[in-house]
Amino acid sequence: MTKKGYVALLLVGLGIALVITLLSPLASSSPDGLERVAEDKAFVDRGKDAPYEVIADYAFPWVGNEDAATILGGVVGVVIVAALVLTLGVGLRALSRRAAVAGTKPAGPTPPTPAGGKAGGGEG
Amino acid sequence: MAYISVPIPALPHPSPMHIPDGFLSAPVAGVGYALAAVFVAIAVWRTNRSLGEKSVPLMGVTAACIFAAQMMNFPVAGGTSGHLLGGTLAAILVGPWAAIIVMTSVIGVQGLMFQDGGLSALGFNVFNMGVITVLVGYGIYYLAALFANGQRGWVLPTGVFVASWITVMLAAFATSIELAVSGTSPLHVVLPAMMGVHALIGIGEGLITAAAVTFVLTTRPDLIAQPQRAAPQGGLS
Repeated sequence: MTKKGYVALLLVGLGIALVITLLSPLASSSPDGLERVAEDKAFVDRGKDAPYEVIADYAFPWVGNEDAATILGGVVGVVIVAALVLTLGVGLRALSRRAAVAGTKPAGPTPPTPAGGKAGGGEG
Repeated sequence: MAYISVPIPALPHPSPMHIPDGFLSAPVAGVGYALAAVFVAIAVWRTNRSLGEKSVPLMGVTAACIFAAQMMNFPVAGGTSGHLLGGTLAAILVGPWAAIIVMTSVIGVQGLMFQDGGLSALGFNVFNMGVITVLVGYGIYYLAALFANGQRGWVLPTGVFVASWITVMLAAFATSIELAVSGTSPLHVVLPAMMGVHALIGIGEGLITAAAVTFVLTTRPDLIAQPQRAAPQGGLS
């Protein structure tokens, strides 16, 4: 894949995530599977509130409009999750590349070759 | 932040609920952390030596989309909703080990920042939704892909649907056991209820996952590694 291909993949993929987020106010407000069972079987009261809240229930604080709060919360989440995983991925990829290089070449300065950055393992 | 009492009305909006604090006993929660730690460690060990170059952007995009999709609760019968877990989808897109890292990141951010899933339950939330679903979903997908053998058609999407449905059922099964062992609800009560609801939610998971995989296979087939039987002649890839 070319550099352009990566950028396109990122833009399109994150775009899809953001579009889903924009639609999140349309999500069903009914309790989900576990919550429904907890209510029906009368153990929902055992649940405790979190010791702290950041963006509880996906509603960004201090935003009056609920739809806007949910969308904003979702956008923040999408950005944080993407940034976190991309950072982890870049780190793991760097380690993978080092592992591949260590396995094939002796250490020490090597003359730059055109095929430089292409040492890489197989598919994840 | 607790001193600012912004009147947030009873939320009509997304409330996907992972296991909250209070549902699991301390020993059970500890076992969950241990199990999650073991599998995340294996995932890191596997990916830090063999992560492909194109996997990195795909991991980020997959995580972002699964986070967003988990907010989209869809209605199922009887005033109940469900949402995508996404473990099977992540495994198909980035492979099982990278998928465990993707799912752990999503569930971790949900627990730490969005108060979706309790801190004490984080271990089992990761294990149920980010390890079981990924490994089993990938295994079934792998078999379906071998069976489809690179052919377009209904075999692969059907396999993806079945894989997704089964993983939702397994996650619900595991959660029921954890709740029962914790003394939160007897197994004969919680298990049938959880399996019944999630049999329906699993259909949603299956449809979404099959549609998403079909979409990617149609638009960017290069992104998905499809296991194949030995090629008849010459290499197919």
